[in-house]
Amino acid sequence: MIGIVDYGAGNLASVHNAFERIGEHSEIFEDSKLIDKYDRIVLPGVGSFSRAMHLLTSKGWKEAILNHINDKKPFLGICLGMQILFESGDEKGPCEGLGVIKGKVKLLNPSSYLKIPHVGWNNLLPSKEHPVMEGIKENIDFYFVHSYRCIPESKKVILSECDYGGKFVSSVSKDNVIGMQFHPEKSQPVGLKILKNFSNWDGKC
Amino acid sequence: MLKKRIIPVLLLKDKRMVKGKKFKDFKDTGEPKTAVRIYSAQDADELVFLDIDNNSSSLGNLIEIVKQASEECFMPLAAGGGISDINQVRELLKAGADKIVVNTSCVKNPSLIKEISKEFGEQCVIGSIDYKISNNLREVWIKSGKLNTNLDPLEHAKNLIKLGAGEILLNSIDRDGMMEGYDLEYADKVSREINVPLIVCGGAGNYMHLADLLNNTSISAAACASLFHFGDNNPIRARSYLKNLDIPMRMLK
Repeated sequence: MIGIVDYGAGNLASVHNAFERIGEHSEIFEDSKLIDKYDRIVLPGVGSFSRAMHLLTSKGWKEAILNHINDKKPFLGICLGMQILFESGDEKGPCEGLGVIKGKVKLLNPSSYLKIPHVGWNNLLPSKEHPVMEGIKENIDFYFVHSYRCIPESKKVILSECDYGGKFVSSVSKDNVIGMQFHPEKSQPVGLKILKNFSNWDGKC
Repeated sequence: MLKKRIIPVLLLKDKRMVKGKKFKDFKDTGEPKTAVRIYSAQDADELVFLDIDNNSSSLGNLIEIVKQASEECFMPLAAGGGISDINQVRELLKAGADKIVVNTSCVKNPSLIKEISKEFGEQCVIGSIDYKISNNLREVWIKSGKLNTNLDPLEHAKNLIKLGAGEILLNSIDRDGMMEGYDLEYADKVSREINVPLIVCGGAGNYMHLADLLNNTSISAAACASLFHFGDNNPIRARSYLKNLDIPMRMLK
């Protein structure tokens, strides 16, 4: 079963509803000790990096999530849930992340007159293939809403980029972990397709 | 490349959908649940729900409608109408809203914007500004267009952004429901002077009006209600019309 981490930030109903729609059973859970019950985990999130990390560390989530990832079980981080996989962020002051992926999170710096946050529909520029992204064509748009971007140390983890006055990383993958800056649960049929792929993924790539 | 958004606005009164002219003379335009289903099938880019009742029971109705919508459609949902404290925000987010639209409280209790953005992020707050022209001057009106604040809309927008609004919804009361086109020059000016996305509302009567607003401007989104309520128009047709004019529109397949 899919477990959706409720650490006190964000709209979790949408992720849960999206899995229901595609016939996948999921549960929103608030107690980090229950994590072993689930064979795959989704970490959603809105708000700031430092607040999310504060909530995660104070409630035992950090160890629980890292154990789940070390057990090679599939893990999906969405939006802020992808960003906190990195080593550090500087939203509202420097802050340590989960450190699953080497690199940092910084404010978007689009060239010219473009606005922040980056809000709306934008297409992915794939860097490599992945079972979770199977069947998704290059020119299809996904819903983004964020002000910060992930900067991985190694290009190998980059699954796709996106163009907003310059390229930024729009999804990452490392072994059994995948992270998406966009919101599959808000991207209508193509987003549901990705969630379905994740539900069937064995964590290998 | 980021695409331009077309956003249907659903005005809610007594659990029904309504639409008026210049914030008055509201006509019933149907059942919100049905509209949500249709907009979802037509792949609208986003939906905005605004409760215009502003009474003690209307928030409950709004929450119920958002909850149903979030079970039906997997697109961004924004909701507002009489939002005055953070607990209401929490309830709406829990029901499935992604963003909260704040209007009157932007003037009466601006610290609410700060509070929401601190707890849920700036992307969660849409600062909504209704304005009217009198003596050639544009002024901000609150309480569903009933109270003049004498504030300048652009300066007000800049303040809201400073407080933490992640988007601005700019609505011309004079053009509301008239279907004669947006307040183009002013919308363009506001968009050029602010650094967050601008959603413009009030006046769309045909697809050309959408094109006039979005073509060669930095405006992020066109919001419309009457356009889709009255006449045989829908987001799919709007997108293909605008795409033919080389305005970047979302690709679904």
